[in-house]
Amino acid sequence: MSTAQRTAPAGADRTKHRKPPARRRPHRDQRWPASVFLSPWLIGVVALTLVPMAVSLYLSFTDYDLFSAPRWVGLRNYTDMLTEDPRFWRSVGTTVLYVVVAVPLKLGLALGVAMLLRSLVRGRAFYRSAFYAPSLLGASMSIALVWRALFNDGGSVTAVLDAVGLPADGWIGDPDLAVYVVVLLTVWQFGAPMVIFLAGLQQIPSTLYEAAAIDGAGRWRQFVSITVPMLSPVVFFNLVLEIINSFQVFTPAFVISGGNGGPADSTLFYTLYLYERGFTASHMGYAAAMAWLLLLAVGALTLILFRTARSWVFYADEEGR
Amino acid sequence: MNIALKRWLPHMVAIACLLVLLYPLVWLLATSLKPADEVLTSLDLWPSSLEWSNYTTALDGVSGVSVARLLGNSLLVAVGSVVGNVLSCSLAAYAFARLRFRMRGVLFGFMVATLMLPHHVVLIPQYIIFNQLGMVDSYWPLILPKFLATEAFFVFLIVQFMRGLPRELEESARIDGCGPFRVYWSITLPLTRPALITTAIFTFIWTWNDFFTQMIYLFSPERFTITLALRSFVDQSSTSAYGPMFAMSVISVLPILLFFLVFQRYLVQGVATTGLRA
Repeated sequence: MSTAQRTAPAGADRTKHRKPPARRRPHRDQRWPASVFLSPWLIGVVALTLVPMAVSLYLSFTDYDLFSAPRWVGLRNYTDMLTEDPRFWRSVGTTVLYVVVAVPLKLGLALGVAMLLRSLVRGRAFYRSAFYAPSLLGASMSIALVWRALFNDGGSVTAVLDAVGLPADGWIGDPDLAVYVVVLLTVWQFGAPMVIFLAGLQQIPSTLYEAAAIDGAGRWRQFVSITVPMLSPVVFFNLVLEIINSFQVFTPAFVISGGNGGPADSTLFYTLYLYERGFTASHMGYAAAMAWLLLLAVGALTLILFRTARSWVFYADEEGR
Repeated sequence: MNIALKRWLPHMVAIACLLVLLYPLVWLLATSLKPADEVLTSLDLWPSSLEWSNYTTALDGVSGVSVARLLGNSLLVAVGSVVGNVLSCSLAAYAFARLRFRMRGVLFGFMVATLMLPHHVVLIPQYIIFNQLGMVDSYWPLILPKFLATEAFFVFLIVQFMRGLPRELEESARIDGCGPFRVYWSITLPLTRPALITTAIFTFIWTWNDFFTQMIYLFSPERFTITLALRSFVDQSSTSAYGPMFAMSVISVLPILLFFLVFQRYLVQGVATTGLRA
């Protein structure tokens, strides 16, 4: 914030009549240093983001196998995908199911544990770090292999499920249940949003709760009327980030599906199918079209979230305006 | 009684959660030491006898490439990425945080927007570019982008940190005749150290865990990273290799665990202040 105030006066441009020459110089001088400082990023943005985005948009209208020249096919990749490819719809269905189940569970657990830790006087830092550890490990191949083994036929989670009378032929091999192994692996990594929630909870002034308690508000009432609105910006932030990331889940899906989306395409996540089309089957044009649909879907979803945010996200500093 | 219960109940709940949460990690360690016939027949968590030969088998590696080589390859990619990210992201961040130039707001907004871009949109053209450059099956496609500040998260993180720094030191250095590069290198960069450490640690862990990019760009077994070596176990349905496989898994997560234990303060702070994920 202080930066904005300090740069705002910009004495060089406005006070022409009595401009101090010493202050004008840095402004001029900063043009070429700025372009030097920015050049790695600018090259990266142009060569590895903007141009590739345009190229992949072009490729999405072609038939391209990486070896012969791309052949223009118009909208055919898109129409094939939407009307003639049941595996595409299967991958959309799996991914949407995964996002819809995993994100609320993960964020709910994160909020619950954050509130639990908030209530602790001692040991908060220890628990916070310990709960966070799975978030660092969860994206690794090793941990995905562990989950595959735990939920396999004969794995120890399977044995526990059997003991309490739940379906226990190994979720990994069951087309109805395999996707939930990926869900549980995602939920296991609730530590990162939990840390963010906890930071948000610690920002809420305790005087609000004290005043509410004096007015006779119970625990639940305090939660609904103080915690929820005060925390809503953090919830919103976590929700957007988590949804964007969840649509792109790959490593756990790859490992738990045995690398091919099985059993019976039940864990054929969108990114897995995109990889299979583009890199295994060499239909780069088709994969590019899938990538652009993903971008459009995620973009539209983010936009909708930002639109709805106005009605449920509460910013305390805007109250006085 | 009631008061004691009230005080200890949250701790009991937290510890119970923690035990469930850490179970897969303990299981990983235990299974890496189990004899082959015990992996599935016995549900005892701890092995009846410690089978260290799982580790000696694991050290032999995969397809004739030793684990030492695999770890070395992973380390090379990770360290290259760390150097690239710290340099390029701090350069861009300094421009955004401290210099005045035309279109600064527009470019900054654009940088933030790229945070949300799904990687898959640029994936195939990037692959074509690196293929044309003859860089496929080398480490360049994994490291070079890091020197071009493609991970906007870290630019954003460092900008936020630099904006919080007092300007007095930089201003007095400038009055003493330091140019912008001298100021950046000798004044701002040392002050930015905490943000740079956070950047370095997260880059290391993300690169170490990365599977997708490495799988796409690396083919030759002698260039494989530890993650790619583990991948060869994925399509195996037999459980006979469980011991060595999980021994290798333990070896591969060990560096991350070490980083976590040493730098947990930076990691948790980084997440809390900027919403970085791992």
